Amino acid sequence: MRNEDKKTIEDSRIPLLVADHLVYEYETGSANTVRALDDVSFTIYPGEFIGLIGHTGSGKSTLAETLNALLTPKSGSIYFKGEDVFTKGYDRKKLRSHVGLVFQYPEHQLFEETVFKDVCYGPKNIGMSRKQAELTAYETIKKVGLPDECFYHSPFDLSGGQRRRVAIAGVLAMKPELLVLDEPTAGLDPKGREEILDMIAGLKNEDNMSIVLVSHSMEDVARYADRIMVMDKGKKLFDDVPSEVFAHADELEKIGLAAPAVVSVMHRLKEAGIPVDDRMALTTDEAVSEIMKAFGV
Amino acid sequence: MLRDITLGQYYQADSVIHRLDPRTKLIMTFVYLISLFIFTDPYVYAAGLLFLVIALAMSRVPIKFMIKGLKPVWLIILLTSLMNIMFTDGEPLFQLWRFKVTAEGLQRAGFMAGRLILLVFGSNLMTLTTTPTRLTNALEALMKPLKFIHFPVHEIAMMMSIALRFIPLLVDETDKIMKAQLARGADFESGNLLKRTKAMVPVLVPLFISAFRRANDLAMAMEARCYHGGEGRTQMKPLKYKGRDYITFLLLVIYLALVVFLGHFLPGILG
Repeated sequence: MRNEDKKTIEDSRIPLLVADHLVYEYETGSANTVRALDDVSFTIYPGEFIGLIGHTGSGKSTLAETLNALLTPKSGSIYFKGEDVFTKGYDRKKLRSHVGLVFQYPEHQLFEETVFKDVCYGPKNIGMSRKQAELTAYETIKKVGLPDECFYHSPFDLSGGQRRRVAIAGVLAMKPELLVLDEPTAGLDPKGREEILDMIAGLKNEDNMSIVLVSHSMEDVARYADRIMVMDKGKKLFDDVPSEVFAHADELEKIGLAAPAVVSVMHRLKEAGIPVDDRMALTTDEAVSEIMKAFGV
Repeated sequence: MLRDITLGQYYQADSVIHRLDPRTKLIMTFVYLISLFIFTDPYVYAAGLLFLVIALAMSRVPIKFMIKGLKPVWLIILLTSLMNIMFTDGEPLFQLWRFKVTAEGLQRAGFMAGRLILLVFGSNLMTLTTTPTRLTNALEALMKPLKFIHFPVHEIAMMMSIALRFIPLLVDETDKIMKAQLARGADFESGNLLKRTKAMVPVLVPLFISAFRRANDLAMAMEARCYHGGEGRTQMKPLKYKGRDYITFLLLVIYLALVVFLGHFLPGILG
């Protein structure tokens, strides 16, 4: 059920964002150019949680920055709710409030004296009234799970994980419909990672926000994403539900990625003749129940 | 966004000029620039031009890059030329609005422009063929005698190379922070000067914080490796004069002799 049925349901919905044959080139030095994006096309539907995976230099960060028109592609375009965002006169500022982008190490962009003021920056920029901005900021800081006493602290007095939440709140406060996060767990300890990822999953489940999670960790993505896009050398290699993508374990390994450990274990079990369905188990819990089933426990 | 800012405009190529000892190039450039300042004789400028053209041809740096180097100074060249044309007294050739254009004025404007272009080309040839690191090494080596008067030569050279190393990093960082604030709805392009300056605060604060953090990290890393300044420190690639450097110095002497002859004695013989 996980695969085909869902796809047909999605296709009947109205797409939120369509990327159409994106090509982006970086100039490196005098003569050589690097194709960071090479003919990349995809569609994002409302409420989807997409994992964008690739090795360093695969073009995933470039793609993230193209989604909210920070970078203009050489050819191809992005359509947000049916409108081409690269046409002249399109309100990019508005687009950036609809497509929120959380950069790598977003805590490095904090600048205000207090957490509260910093989160207000985005909402004020997109033209919310002061009252409205403060209300939204309050709600958002609560939502990312920061305690009340943090509100009037300097963001620089907080711990690394907390600072990251403040930075994410700064983007969330603009109430985006699509949230793109570039490696939101980089440099955090396992507990911090889990908390951030759970919070992001909550945004999707409770607010029906669409999420694009850029990561190079298959483990992170496998747990939360409905769909995984794999990038390699600027090209989109796979774009499917996790179980289908992980079935290409060999190809993933070739481009320097690996299917989650759980998936590899299940593959091996199946190869060893144990009757488990390796496509059904992407997380440890699922794997445990699948193995229990196989042994008839 | 900020990628077109280049400092330390090294052009990678394999040429004799590139391989010259940086000290040689530094001394050459210095002497060359001074020679352009001392003499105002047209023959000297012709010799200077010839010298530069030969060096440029040997360096294998495309002329395009040299002309690009004029970009920041063309306004100055234009202004000085105009000033000279407009305000030099002498035989009036024709009237331009309120100003008398004189033959002397045109001549002087030509001189000034020529001198400035030669100055820029001369110094650019050095920076285009020498990496910033080698240049700082050369500076340190040449300033070594100043140690006797307790001038912190090594420390200053170290500071210079660290500063040079940090420029591209900070440019990258600025680019990243600007993008991050743009993603939060910042607007750097519209509004009056005051508004635009204010819009830079969310970029500058994180930039300063990151610069301090990097400086702190670097200091820590240096200390962890027991860095204690220049005392008894050796270099991985010590500078050594080779045959080509001595030939260059010989050429320099010939150039100087030529210039002194052209600039000092020739006017006497002719006049």
